[in-house]
Order: sequence, then structure tokens, then C-alpha cells
Amino acid sequence: MYEIRIHSRGGQGGVTAARMMASAAVKDGKFATACPFYGAERRGAPIVSFVRIDDKPVRIYSQIKKPDMIIVLDPTVMDTVDVLDGLKEGGKIFINTHDDISFPPGFKVSRVDLTGIALREDLIVSGSPILNTPVIGALARLGLFTRESGVKAITETFTDPRNTNAARAAYDEVII
Amino acid sequence: MSELIMATGNKAVAAAAKMAKPVVVAAYPITPQTEIIETIADYVASGEMDARYIPVESEHSAMTACIGASITGVRVFTATSSHGLLYMHEMLHWAAGARLPIVMGQVNRTLAPGWNIWAEHSDALSQRDTGWLQVYVSTVQEAYDTTLMAFRIAEDNRVLLPVMINMDGFLLSHIMQPYEMTEPGDFIPPLNLPQKIDVNDPKGYGAMSPSNVHYQFRFDMEKAMRASRTVINETEAEFAKRFGRVYKPIDEYLTEDADVVIVALGTLGKEAEVAADLLRKEGIKAGVMRIRWLRPFPLDMNIKGKDLVVIDRDYSFGFGGVVAGEIQAKYPDAKIARIIAGIGGQEVTYEDMAEFVRNRKMGTEFWFGIPQEEQ
Repeated sequence: MYEIRIHSRGGQGGVTAARMMASAAVKDGKFATACPFYGAERRGAPIVSFVRIDDKPVRIYSQIKKPDMIIVLDPTVMDTVDVLDGLKEGGKIFINTHDDISFPPGFKVSRVDLTGIALREDLIVSGSPILNTPVIGALARLGLFTRESGVKAITETFTDPRNTNAARAAYDEVII
Repeated sequence: MSELIMATGNKAVAAAAKMAKPVVVAAYPITPQTEIIETIADYVASGEMDARYIPVESEHSAMTACIGASITGVRVFTATSSHGLLYMHEMLHWAAGARLPIVMGQVNRTLAPGWNIWAEHSDALSQRDTGWLQVYVSTVQEAYDTTLMAFRIAEDNRVLLPVMINMDGFLLSHIMQPYEMTEPGDFIPPLNLPQKIDVNDPKGYGAMSPSNVHYQFRFDMEKAMRASRTVINETEAEFAKRFGRVYKPIDEYLTEDADVVIVALGTLGKEAEVAADLLRKEGIKAGVMRIRWLRPFPLDMNIKGKDLVVIDRDYSFGFGGVVAGEIQAKYPDAKIARIIAGIGGQEVTYEDMAEFVRNRKMGTEFWFGIPQEEQ
């Protein structure tokens, strides 16, 4: 079982990203669940959501305490949230940034500027750049699911081609 | 197999309700059930669902509208949770007493105070004596499939009692899992309500039922509850035959040779399977009985010679956990370690459940999270 924790802020689409990730894994023939942690969240507050991917049905409903991977959609949450909490030794970190943010040794860090891509592709809703579709492209590049399944997971939710364009750009631009 | 869809438990229940083609849906929104009725409202607005959607001002009115619609002999659906269910309380008795096969999605949520929106079973268990059938589900697929079956069971003329499909708030209502949106075809036969309103054959409804007849109505309800055991078995068997997914009143996992069995409802009962796997690696022969149908209560639990670790996500103050208490009442010889866990959405992992088994003290009650000296 591969366990992923996503850090974002309310309204940034972290929950939808989790759903598309799980959906893409299922299209690859895997089993997956996606769940948000519901607290007293509101727009702009730090939130987490979880994805579990396995070769057999997922029977666990409790929260992920020792993730194999963390995804940081909004690096500013790191000011108040310990995003590395419980991350396994050798675990993966994917972060949305154009800076070369340094993490403690022992983790595999990859990054891409999803916000920059969203702005460039004019993928903006209510004044905010959309991060949840470009991140799918980046994660396909990291091998979480195939590129084809990632595209299908996006298009079954979002028909606007700017979403898949941004995902393709993120796929190409990930720095591993 | 048709394509798998990623959806929440709420969406799956709404989709199953759409498939069953109810004529009337009357409901009031409440976290974490809201997505069920939002989805149905969308179906109705878009024309995908040919039903009358009645937005009401309270859950009491929602159930009342369902009762009024149901007595005309049409299929009716609603959904609620927690305080909404409690606000329906009077009308829950009425729906069952009037023998109306209303189907309700019920998302299990804690009762206030303090305000808490997370999973607990006290809401539904506090309504266990209303005459509703109660089933508890553990996956998105099971939520969908059981909602389809609920219409067939409720409307069977041997039953004619309402059915409440319970799923854990957020843990299942909001988790997304892949599921197959099976077309039920003629799996749910047309409703034929014998006591429906007929303008050509006027009858009185809700008339006085004096003390020399009232007990007969109540015994008829109990006969219907007893008959529902057969109808549930038949319906689950027919579902398996048609659609290939097998359900039983109790979902058993590795129980045959088990020395110790975790008993739980809902998602805890599913995650308990992982605890059993973990314990078996340590040489402890563990299994799981996940009770699906709590009403009618299962009478054929095979628990002889097994230690039961019953996890209650509920409490009856001054008594104990409801599920453990009911098992003990029906099976006086049962050896039970009573665990109170998951209250107010308290996090309970499969590792915690394995620990309940390892540390079990038969015949005692243990509140998870409370220091031993205070127990």
C-alpha cells in the first residue's frame, strides 16, 4: 500500500486533486481511496487530504500517520504545519515551488512551479490559480499513475483544455 | 463489469436512490448528509430523475411529507443524520407504525453538546426501537448496493416497514472509492402498497386504536420484523445471483477457526479485518463479525467458544455499549470484552483494534483513551 498526504489550503482543490489521483490509479487497474480530513476548515485554512493506492481493495479508514509521500500544494502552509510529520525514511516530497527549498536529508524531493504554470496557462478561477489539475501531470511524471490515466482522470472532471495543457506542462517541467 | 466510478458514499446512496426511481423525495440538509440530497436535487432539476423533490423546513416535516406521500402508494426516499434523525423521532415511529416502506439514507454523526460533526452510532442506535430496519454499511459499493436492496426489502409485502441505511459520517459519507453503478433492471419490483389511499374505496387513516386492538398492530409489526429476516436473506441471495456481489446479515472475516472475534458496525468493522490479519501474523487466531443488519437483530451468530471483542461507537449511559449489551442479551453465554471507541469521531486504527484484542479482559468494559485507573 502506498500512502500519500496532501497539504493545501481550503479552496485550492486539494480534495479534488486527491480524487483525481485515486481515479487515475484505479484506471491503471489499482485500488485506491481518497479522503479529506474534515475539520473546522474554511477557505484559506491549512487542510490535509489522503490518498491510498494498493493492489487490493483498501480497507483502512483511519488517517495516514506514516505517509510514503507528501504533496505540498501551497508551500506557505509550512509556516504553521509540520508537513514532514511521520514521513517515512526515504519518503518522497513533492512541492509546488519555483525555489529550491531545502529539506532535511533522507527524502526524495521533486518540485515544479504549479502556480506559475497555472498563471501562464490562464488557469484561474475567482482570481486564484488552479493547482489541482497541473499537479496530476507532475505526479504522472513521478510514476504514481500513467500519463494516460492522469489525463482521463482530469478530463472526466474538467473539460476545459487549459487543465490538460497545464498538466502536460507540469509533466514536462518537474525537477526531480 | 461496467466502468468503476470514483465517488463518495453520499454520491453512491444518491445514485442508488435515483436508480430506484422514487416518486417523492422530501428532505432537509444536515452535515454530513447534505451531499446526498444536493445530488438528488440536481438529478431532479436536470430531469435525470423524474421525482417530486420537496424541500421542507425541518426533518420532522421531511418525515411527515414522506409519510403523506408514501401512504398514496408511491416509492419515497429521504436522508438525514444525527440531530436531524432525532428531530424526526416522533415521525419515525409513525412511519413504521403505519407500515410505510420509506427508505432513508442515514449518515451516522455524533450528538451534541459539544458540537461535533464526526462519526458515531448513537444517533441511529437511539432510534432502534422505532420499528425501522437498520443496516450498517462499510464501503461505497456496499452503500450503493444496500440502498438498492433496501427498497426491495422494505416494499416486500411480508415486511412493509421502513429501512434506514447507516453509513459513518465523513469516514464513508465523504471518502471516495471506486464503485460500479449497477443498473438494477427489474431487481426492485413495482411497489404494491396494500393499504394505499384509494379514492374509490375510502378508508380512515390514523384513527383511534383502543387498547383492545393496539397490541395486535404492534405484534403485526414484530411479525413483519421476524419475516424480514427471510426477506433480507432472499434479497441478498438474489442480489448475489444477479450482480455477483455477496452480502450477508453479518459479514464474517476469518471467523471459522477464530479464537477471538472483533464485532463492530460500519467502517470500524471493515478496518478490523486488517487488525485480524495483523494478529494472525502474531499467531493469534482472530476474525471479524461486522454486523450489517442490527434490526432485525441477528439470531444466528456463530460465537460458541470464541472470545468476542465488541467495539461500540455509542453508549447507553448507566448501562454500557448498546451492541455489546444486545449481543449479551440474545446470547447469554457469550464471552465479551466491551470496548467503547470512536466516540465523537475519535480516531481508531486497526493497530488500536489489534491492541484491544491483545489486552482483552473478558467481562469488562474499556473506554479507549481513558486511563486505566479511571475505567
